[in-house]
Amino acid sequence: MRLSRAEYKEIVRWTDHLRPTRQCMKMLKDRFPHHSQSTLLSIFSLEYQKRIKRTISMHRSPADVERYFQRYLSEAEARPTAPVLLELANEMDLSPALMARIILDRFLQDVDGGIPSKTVLNSMLKEPSLIPDQILANNIYQCTINDCCYGPLVDCIKHAIGQEHEVLLRDKLKEQNLSFLDENQLRTMGYDKTPDIILEVPVAVEGHIVHWIESKASFGDDHSHRTYLNEQFWSYWNRFGPGLVIYWYGFIGELDCQRDRGILLKDCFPTDIVTLCHATQQERTPEAPKEDKEWKKGIRRVADEKPGKKLNV
Amino acid sequence: MLRKVDINTVLGWLKDVEGADYQSFTEPEFTVQKLEFVPFLLNFLREQSSQVLTNGPATPAKTPSHPRPAARTQGFSDKLAGRSTSSGAGSRSASRVQLFSPAPSVSPGSESEAAGPSGLSGVSAFSSPSFSSTRTPSPRLPGSERRCGQRVSLGDYMFSPPENSPNHQSHKGRKKGGGSTAVGGQLRHEGGRGDLHSNEAGRWEAGGRRSARGVGGGHTRMGEQVSPPFAGQLNLNNLEDFPPVGSSPISPATSKPSRRINPTPVSGDRPHSKPKTCFTSTPFQKASSPLLETEASDGLMTAGSSMRLKEERELLKREKTKRAQQVASPLLSALDPCTPTKTGARTGSKVTSDMPTSPEPSKVTFSSELDVLVELYCTCISENLVPNIFLELFFVMQLLTSWAHHTHDNEEQKSLCAANTEVLERCYLRQVHNCVYFAVKVLENQFQLIAHLDKCTLRLLAENERVACFSPDLRDRLTQAQDRSTAKLSPSASTFIHSVPFQPATDNRSNFFSDKAFHTFKKQRDVFYEVLREWEDLHKEPGWSFDAALGGRIRGIMSQLTSAGNHSHFARLFLKQLVQVCKGPRPSSSSVDAADADLLGMLGADSLGRLKRLEERLIQPHGVVGPCPPPSFPGHQEFFRDFIQTASCCQLNQHLQDSLCQQLLQLDEVSILSPADEKQRFSSVLLLARLLAKFLGFISFFPYQTSGRPSRDIQETSVALRSKVTSLPVLDVCAVLNNSIRRKRTILTVPWLVEFLSMLDFIGPLLLCYRTTLGSLLLLYRKLQLNRSEEMCYLNKLLLVSVLGWLFQVRRDTRMVQLKLGINALCLVSVCSGEFRKLLAAFVSGSTARSGGIIRKITPTSAELKDTPTAMRSQQKLQVDLEQAFFHNQPPSLRRTVEFVAERVGSNAVKHMKATLVRELVERGEKMLRDGLESPNSNASMLNESICARLCEAGLEALAKATKYCDEKSPEAIRVLLPDETTPTVKLSWGHASKMTLCLLCEALVRREWRSKYDRVIKVLGSPKQGSERVMCCPPHCKHNSPLPSDILIEIKVHFSCCN
Repeated sequence: MRLSRAEYKEIVRWTDHLRPTRQCMKMLKDRFPHHSQSTLLSIFSLEYQKRIKRTISMHRSPADVERYFQRYLSEAEARPTAPVLLELANEMDLSPALMARIILDRFLQDVDGGIPSKTVLNSMLKEPSLIPDQILANNIYQCTINDCCYGPLVDCIKHAIGQEHEVLLRDKLKEQNLSFLDENQLRTMGYDKTPDIILEVPVAVEGHIVHWIESKASFGDDHSHRTYLNEQFWSYWNRFGPGLVIYWYGFIGELDCQRDRGILLKDCFPTDIVTLCHATQQERTPEAPKEDKEWKKGIRRVADEKPGKKLNV
Repeated sequence: MLRKVDINTVLGWLKDVEGADYQSFTEPEFTVQKLEFVPFLLNFLREQSSQVLTNGPATPAKTPSHPRPAARTQGFSDKLAGRSTSSGAGSRSASRVQLFSPAPSVSPGSESEAAGPSGLSGVSAFSSPSFSSTRTPSPRLPGSERRCGQRVSLGDYMFSPPENSPNHQSHKGRKKGGGSTAVGGQLRHEGGRGDLHSNEAGRWEAGGRRSARGVGGGHTRMGEQVSPPFAGQLNLNNLEDFPPVGSSPISPATSKPSRRINPTPVSGDRPHSKPKTCFTSTPFQKASSPLLETEASDGLMTAGSSMRLKEERELLKREKTKRAQQVASPLLSALDPCTPTKTGARTGSKVTSDMPTSPEPSKVTFSSELDVLVELYCTCISENLVPNIFLELFFVMQLLTSWAHHTHDNEEQKSLCAANTEVLERCYLRQVHNCVYFAVKVLENQFQLIAHLDKCTLRLLAENERVACFSPDLRDRLTQAQDRSTAKLSPSASTFIHSVPFQPATDNRSNFFSDKAFHTFKKQRDVFYEVLREWEDLHKEPGWSFDAALGGRIRGIMSQLTSAGNHSHFARLFLKQLVQVCKGPRPSSSSVDAADADLLGMLGADSLGRLKRLEERLIQPHGVVGPCPPPSFPGHQEFFRDFIQTASCCQLNQHLQDSLCQQLLQLDEVSILSPADEKQRFSSVLLLARLLAKFLGFISFFPYQTSGRPSRDIQETSVALRSKVTSLPVLDVCAVLNNSIRRKRTILTVPWLVEFLSMLDFIGPLLLCYRTTLGSLLLLYRKLQLNRSEEMCYLNKLLLVSVLGWLFQVRRDTRMVQLKLGINALCLVSVCSGEFRKLLAAFVSGSTARSGGIIRKITPTSAELKDTPTAMRSQQKLQVDLEQAFFHNQPPSLRRTVEFVAERVGSNAVKHMKATLVRELVERGEKMLRDGLESPNSNASMLNESICARLCEAGLEALAKATKYCDEKSPEAIRVLLPDETTPTVKLSWGHASKMTLCLLCEALVRREWRSKYDRVIKVLGSPKQGSERVMCCPPHCKHNSPLPSDILIEIKVHFSCCN
């Protein structure tokens, strides 16, 4: 879904005061009924991450950490079965998973007498049963499963979504009889930069030559697009020429301004692929819409439901 | 005189001298006269038309007149300045000096008598022999006699004995002063010849004698006195410069003493132009033109103060003040760059003054005289007597597109002209009617040359209403030529640049000696492109500075290079990118497509775009630079030049130099079998070589570049120093050139050598190797005559003439303005047709703006273009682009293989078809024809048609068979020839093969059908599937019904959280 910057800004303004709760997500959907759910949620997720990045330092000062820890200890003592840590995080307007991390970090300092290693911390967050304290383990578990933006589970889901879209992309390419090299093949061949797909025989999309395709299972906003451009897209261009970026969850339309320079943005797999052999296109055209519909349905299924469920806290 | 003289005689004379040269016919009178005649003629034309051109309204059509080629602009301004300050004679010689070399006109030597102080009478003197020869069957002796008689009278008022000595003294004095300008001019002149011909002395003695004979006692003395100093000067100063050239082993072809060369004005001019930067030593070079003129004219004026001269001066003064009044205001603005506001303002003022006149054939005056002028002028062009053919063409275009409004009415004009009894004082080209008439006539005459211009120029010419009005026939011929024209202007740097593809074979980790180097280079590549993109975006912004904006990052790359030792990698990337961006026309796009694209580009998809482009063109301060712009780095080349400058990294430069040199020598050795077959390849090689040579020249001479001409002392020291340097120069230009001449490969070598040499620093031309090379090139240039049928074909000659003419023209003025030498691929005529085009385009918009009709002229053509299915056109273009893009990222060997296979298989298919199906068809057709003819009421032609139709239908089968043949054979061949991992390309090669086959097999119409058919076959067969299935792939026909992993994960998560 392609949004104008104005539309995007309006959504962002709205998400600004939202909490990552189910009610808030519902409000957002109701407010923007014409926008796809997945797009809205992806935008919110990105915005929420930005917000957290801005504010996280306020929660990491030793004094604050100590305050949270003491508060947790006292509350957990008072109500051992209640999700006190989750409540604390919500109260402090901090991501539950991050709160869990801060508290666990502080807890381990008391246990081990030193700063715990990241691997230990991560493995305990992933597997709370490893935490020596039963009550804390419970609380941490509740935090990680109830966080929609952070935490090992979310990371896992995000990774899966990314993979799924790459698989879908590959399937689509194969369906179109387009021969390509994927990231892994490229890496083994010694490429220094590897897009998701390099087409062995370039195609044209909307009149633009495409040598490579990068799949992004997120919304393309200014910040992320700029980062991607600098770190990935231009580097791909520098090596392989013009290419295509698919932001499956949409992007700000205005960002698609580098077409003539060799970076084309799409929010779905292109339907009007022109290949070097004329007929491939001509003969496929009749089938294309149908396929496309199915394809889009598939994507929508992935796109619409998954983030929604993800946020069903 | 022009009117009086029988034209044929003059033409004969002009040509005859040529012939005489070849026959080693010694007739110094002729030779010297021709030397004088051509400059005179050209200057005469310029001067005549200067009114119309400089006086033109500030419309776009006028733009040409100010940013004229440097030489001419200078000539004009100086001339105008001269008018106000000095006398007419002075200004005349001044303009001549500017346009041509000062040598023939200014120097007080033997030639100056005729062409010097009084150009007007001088001409009548030298025209006389031909005149007389018309009457006498054996013109030579009587001619010279008669001329002698005239010359005496001429000499009487030109140099009476008492005035001769001051003249001589001044000359002497200047000589004493060390490098007098006048002597310098002459000397250079002399030197230019001296270096080439050992038998010079004799000739010049003859010349001296001639003048002596002709002018009488006083002149005899002068002639004799003048000559020896020249010799002395030559020996003293220039001997060290010239003998090496003369004595250098010049190729057999050139070493033949070609008498022709000496007399041509070209030779008089070019030696000068070259010496200015190449051969002479400081004082001469320092003599800037204005100084030269004033000094020269002063000297001559003080010398020649006869009554007649005074009279003339008076007359001219009057004339001049009159003109000055008219010219004053437009002239001022004419010197400014044409900015839109200015244009507007001026147009406004013009409107208030009076409306411009549109030229009408009926208003042409002096048409018979003009015809004579045309004949003379065209002969000069055809015989390559002019300094630069394209300069002249440009001038003609200017005339064609000139605008004039009557500041004085026709009556006045007429009376002015009639009152002028002096033939030469008549205003032949004062009126726009005459100008256009003249221009059209010249174009008609020079059609062979014009026809080789690029399509757009031809189109603009053909659509020019003036051409249509004055010569419908010319218009028709132009239209035809336009259809035939394959010449295309190299497109200006495309908006879209390609990157240098990453090739694992050369770019992956194994090519670097450490991980660090590999990763550093990865970053460097990205920074390099980042810098390039930023430059593209911003370099045209006002106040943007390359060094300030990008310097830091570039130096960053350089320091990283040094620490990582990646120079060779970076140099390779740098050069590849340079070639990628700047090479010009893409190598494989067929010429038709490109021409169409060019046309499209020119006319734009819609009128808005077109108008905008035209507007941009007009607004650009350097809208028209003239046909001989100085060397520069247009478009993206500027980025690479600035990059090298800013980086100023000696290691990088060394790597670049090595690589450029190697590539150039490789290219120079490229075997081009027959130009017809390998047009594309040749043009691509040529363009590439020129680009590389320019950069090699730039890098090589960069360390020696100075902002100004160094003083003589410094010059001598540097020459001494650099001559003694034991290390060889980067490129042994001398050997390369000699080798190329010997092997008759100049058509490839000379154009790139010219690029290389155009980058020479001030001292460079004084060094032995470059001096020798330039001498050889000059010889080569003089030998070229477009109309002579030699072994070299017309276009090749035209190419050499244009590049050499450019070099010798450009190196003459040292001012750096702007270069747009858009030399085209094979039909390299378009060297300056871009400029012509600008001129014409400017005219079009100017005239339409004037007549109020918006793009009256262009609209129908664009409509016609739109009619042709643009969708299909763009489809085709897309296909070409796709193919390009595919090959771009593949190793070059793939392309060669595929093309080879395609060509062979296609050819075989044709042979096969011919032998089987076609023969069968023809036999069947024959039988049908016979049967048909036997029947009673048969009509042969109708029968023929019907059979033909039937055969064509059956012929479609041949297409299918040929397709099948190609389909079967080409994959086999490709599979054997290409490495295994390139399987998907097989499909591509089929496409390519089929295309080739089609070209050979079918006519244009059938081709399309065949193509779609073929494509369908391809589709049915399907392309070999790439075995890239990975474990993560779904089985075939999977509908993706199984839940996605992420869904499962989410469900689990929700489940957990709910349970909690």
